Amino acid sequence: MNAAADRRIVVPQVAHFDTSLVLRSGAVLPAYDLVYEMHGTLNADASNAVLVCHALSGNHHIAGYHDPAEKKPGWWDNMIGPGKPVDTDRFCVIGVNNLGGCHGSTGPASIDPQTGQPWGSRFPMVTVEDWVAAQARLADRLGIHQFAAIMGGSLGGMQVLQWSIMHPERMRHCLVIAAAPGLTAQNIAFNDVARQAILTDPDFHGGDYYAHGTWPRRGLRLARMLGHITYLSDDVMGSKFGRLLRNGSFAYGYDVEFEIESYLRYQGDKFADAFDANTYLLMTKALDYFDPAHHVPGHSLSQALAPAKAGFLVISFTTDWRFAPERSREIVQALLVNERDVSYAEINSSHGHDAFLMPDPHYHALVGAYMNRISV
Amino acid sequence: MRHDLQTIAAWIQPGAKVLDLGCGNGDLLKYLRETRQIHGYGVEIAEDRILGCIRNGVNVIQRDLEAGLAEFSAGSFDHIVLSQTLQAVHNTEAILREILRVGREGIVTFPNFGYWKNRWQVLQGHMPVSADLPYQWYDTPNVHLCTMHDFEALCDRLDIQILERVVMTEGRPVNWLRNLTGSLAIYRFRRRLA
Repeated sequence: MNAAADRRIVVPQVAHFDTSLVLRSGAVLPAYDLVYEMHGTLNADASNAVLVCHALSGNHHIAGYHDPAEKKPGWWDNMIGPGKPVDTDRFCVIGVNNLGGCHGSTGPASIDPQTGQPWGSRFPMVTVEDWVAAQARLADRLGIHQFAAIMGGSLGGMQVLQWSIMHPERMRHCLVIAAAPGLTAQNIAFNDVARQAILTDPDFHGGDYYAHGTWPRRGLRLARMLGHITYLSDDVMGSKFGRLLRNGSFAYGYDVEFEIESYLRYQGDKFADAFDANTYLLMTKALDYFDPAHHVPGHSLSQALAPAKAGFLVISFTTDWRFAPERSREIVQALLVNERDVSYAEINSSHGHDAFLMPDPHYHALVGAYMNRISV
Repeated sequence: MRHDLQTIAAWIQPGAKVLDLGCGNGDLLKYLRETRQIHGYGVEIAEDRILGCIRNGVNVIQRDLEAGLAEFSAGSFDHIVLSQTLQAVHNTEAILREILRVGREGIVTFPNFGYWKNRWQVLQGHMPVSADLPYQWYDTPNVHLCTMHDFEALCDRLDIQILERVVMTEGRPVNWLRNLTGSLAIYRFRRRLA
């Protein structure tokens, strides 16, 4: 059978918004586009909608294929689809590219209608709160008053938490996966090194590289290589690459020798060609700023989460040191203080932070079982 | 439903907040939710049982009981249940102290090692195997078996006040020479008031 014939083709759609959005920073985005895709069918009362929030380098393309020739399906295709843990035969699952993104939603590479030039360095800083506000407007547009569930991993999980605080009535369930209630100093440090790599690239031109016809490839490549190290566990790097040499012996030079070097450079190259550096900067800042407890007296997470009404499934992974299980336990503790319905599972995995994207049978069984309980 | 779980259910106030330590697939919590409208959470460590809880629609927190109950704040539950788990816990004193910290009342059930059939098997030269102790010595998860006298002595030392005690054999309550005739002990207790 032709594999391509089996491919579920999904066509991304664009929603244009003319109402200005006042951002957390105080800046105003006068108008913007959000690109999104939908899997499954929205039922008559729109009670089966599930929103999937994406992480740092993700986008709206959550599952299926955009065209029969596409090399890889959407980034969460093992989770979302007919008969999968998030079953598109029951749910209508929506992925949105966030503001500031580089996959179709308005971002730094988009044309600013006021100047006719790309936004570049003038694109305002966006936060997790701003993303949720924009996603809520898209939900209004689609006639979705209350999501059956909102889910996401990593930075996506942070958006889920923010949703539960800002719009507690607008979802029945939250799936917060490999997330944290705020980055640690170590995490912010990694992000800053990544940003410095981009900001100091001579091709960056203060963010206006579009006008200069350059692309801060070297910086973006380094940023991604650094990120990749932190998304894997020492264990998985050891078992996958160890001290393996590409050519079997030392060459006593600076070209690729160890397999891990080859892997990281490949990942860096691939990313640097496909992703926008300004978007990377914005997304890492959104990560750094996220801290719902920051805005309440006493900086108490439980007080920050007090408005939440949804049921929660919180999941972490044992070898994830970037968003460690202890950080998920902080979320659980805050929800327990508020007597919210919450379940917490810590999945045994060797894959570090990347584990949330892997098809682990127990992890998928838990998500599937949780989703099955949700009535639509 | 296991007989000890029915006894436990009878002690739970309607609408109470219940924490079930070592909750298995969440059967007790599900039963209590359906019959007593409780708000409950289970604590479990085994993957398959956590999945069982999710399938049952029961809140479950994955955690190793040996490490205490750090996510749970003091006095946040009406009842804390530790059903047929005490004998498999290494840090017995620590978990009893955690129960007293987090809950208003504790409910503990365990197989009574003093039951005459257990004693008889030991006298015959074997480790006991029975309905309430269904393991061989080499595959048992139990590490801290005790008799009712032993448990009550520990309660005394930890300033635990026993409020109620039900002892069962083959699903029926027994009322005389209970440390000898009872196979399963069920206790309701709280911190002794000064």
